Amino acid sequence: MKIVLTAKGKSWDSKIDPRFGRTEYIFIYDEDSDKIETLNNAAVVSEAHGVGPKTAQKIFDANADILITGNGPGGNAKTVLESGNLDIYVGASDMTLKEAYDAYKNGKLKKF
Amino acid sequence: MKEIVIVSGKGGTGKTSITASFAYLGGKDVIVADCDVDAADMHLLLKPDFGNPKDFYSGLLAKIDQEKCIKCGKCAAVCRFDAIPIINGKFIVEPLNCEGCGYCPLVCPTDAIEMNEQNVGKLFISDIKTESKMVHASLKIGADNSGKLVAEVKNKAKEIAENEEKKFILVDGSPGIGCPVVSSLSGANFVVLVTEPSVSGIHDLRRVYQVIKKFGIKAGCIINKADVNKNKSKEIHNFLEEEKIEFIAEIPYDENFTKAMTYGKTIVEYDNGEIKKILEDSWEKIKELATNL
Amino acid sequence: MKIAIASGKGGTGKTTLSTNLSSFLSETESIILVDLDVEEPNSGLFINGNLVHQEDKFKMIPEWINNQCQLCGNCQKVCNFNAVMKLGKRIMVFPELCHGCYACSELCPTNSLPMKPKRMGELKHFKLGNLDFIESKLIIGEEQAVPLIKQTLEYVDKKFPKDNIIKIYDSPPGTSCPVIEATKDADLVLLITEPTPFGLHDLKLAVDTMKELNKNFGIVINRYGIGDDKVLSYCKDNNIPIIAKIPNDRKIADLYSDGKLHNKVIPVVKKQLEKVRDYILEYQTKKMK
Repeated sequence: MKIVLTAKGKSWDSKIDPRFGRTEYIFIYDEDSDKIETLNNAAVVSEAHGVGPKTAQKIFDANADILITGNGPGGNAKTVLESGNLDIYVGASDMTLKEAYDAYKNGKLKKF
Repeated sequence: MKEIVIVSGKGGTGKTSITASFAYLGGKDVIVADCDVDAADMHLLLKPDFGNPKDFYSGLLAKIDQEKCIKCGKCAAVCRFDAIPIINGKFIVEPLNCEGCGYCPLVCPTDAIEMNEQNVGKLFISDIKTESKMVHASLKIGADNSGKLVAEVKNKAKEIAENEEKKFILVDGSPGIGCPVVSSLSGANFVVLVTEPSVSGIHDLRRVYQVIKKFGIKAGCIINKADVNKNKSKEIHNFLEEEKIEFIAEIPYDENFTKAMTYGKTIVEYDNGEIKKILEDSWEKIKELATNL
Repeated sequence: MKIAIASGKGGTGKTTLSTNLSSFLSETESIILVDLDVEEPNSGLFINGNLVHQEDKFKMIPEWINNQCQLCGNCQKVCNFNAVMKLGKRIMVFPELCHGCYACSELCPTNSLPMKPKRMGELKHFKLGNLDFIESKLIIGEEQAVPLIKQTLEYVDKKFPKDNIIKIYDSPPGTSCPVIEATKDADLVLLITEPTPFGLHDLKLAVDTMKELNKNFGIVINRYGIGDDKVLSYCKDNNIPIIAKIPNDRKIADLYSDGKLHNKVIPVVKKQLEKVRDYILEYQTKKMK
């Protein structure tokens, strides 16, 4: 499984970025290979309009299976993610990435 | 850290006065973000020092280099916004009409057009009288209050809140139902709706709540000027029950709101009676709701 | 003659003035009232006319046809609004984000993105005696008010081409693009404000906007009697005419909250509306010369 988290930093200790479209980083964890990849989302953050679907596109292109975030994406971003058959889990706002991942594993996050 | 956003849909419901009161009550625990950038009035009550001004850029604007222009008119022909009129025989971009779509440079045969980021206003990080900080902006005329500006105001507020370990970010939300209000809501832990018992108040409350509902953020409601129309107040209560929105408080119509404003004070500094008590109780309730949800 | 009623700040009484002034003027002549606050149109709550016409309003957006598309991604590259996106083996369009610039459509090498109409709101036209009332409402989720305002004005100009008829535009609040679109064709702008610090601050922004647009404008003070006299001194210092002062009156607030007009039942309001009418008529006469 490939898990994507919206993140404020590049390590497991970083906090979840509760915003979807304007998240600072996209943190991708591949459970099978135990590898981490982070995408800097600054270029998207600086755009005026349509950041939701743009960020969603990056996640789509990463072929992820699961998204963990704070509040959940808006309508347009949701459409993109749905077309990639992603499961979205929300409510991880104040957690670190590690905590959020564990919470997801233990079934403690809400499905969007 | 919890982010609380105050919105109203309609203007004139007392949203800013109420937000400023909460900022005052929250004191050092609260960083304030004024995202009502079209009508940014909170500074009149919280007395920021307009510190750290920074130019803010958002959106693009086409610019034609007259020396390279061969006056073929292709740019004007593809522009759907009538933004490139001919003035004195020259093709000139009319900034108020230009949408920044970037089509014209793509068809220009001599590369005479470039798209530049537009300076739309200034952003401030100010010290305010609550011994805390406020992030706010002033927009140039005709500049679009984009989601980006709102996001930037909120980001700065968040950065400070994190560095200074503040408990709350209090956001005075944007009006309407468009992009800015969506951006104000993004990342919020709790939304406070401020409304008034009038046909317009209810109409706009319903519209803005549809936007909030899409995000699935928990919301509570304050009914200001509740005694002006008891029937309409009741109608609001019914709506809150239907939608499972927390009822926070009813505030009676009180001219002290205006009087406090004329002295540049928040209502909780000026009023020592009923209104102050209601707002204090509301703030406690909101903190609890935002923390425990 | 086109008169826009605007204000920097919301909630100062734009809709109240627009509806009551229109109702008052329509006692003696034909009046067109247009609600251009398409995000939150409220004038219709006060005018109970007969619906005479209704139409959906559309904007043009690209629609992907996949049989010829080579997935070159040029559409995505030329779109500055992230409204067109290549996702795997398909192209996705986000209608709310699209500004209708046609770039992706016209620059597509295989014509795979023809422009098609998409509903963005609806326009309604009501009649009440001498009063024609037109309002447009944006669908929730649509982000751009300007195209709908533009189309609404086009409808009004086509339906009522004569210039001697008085048209009143209830404008959106603020100083950004929607209010500029709503006021840029107006002959005269009435700025409504409250005599409070918030009112004054936002009035100054509105005045700067109108100066930038080279508009003729005057001020109507609403809820006169509350707050302080700084709006008065600001207008005096800057030679801005104060056309009328509508008093602060609990009865007005009561009627407003129920969605009722007050121009016929509160004499002091009627007197102030007469002043506004006289100002408009005088302006019209001056303009004719």
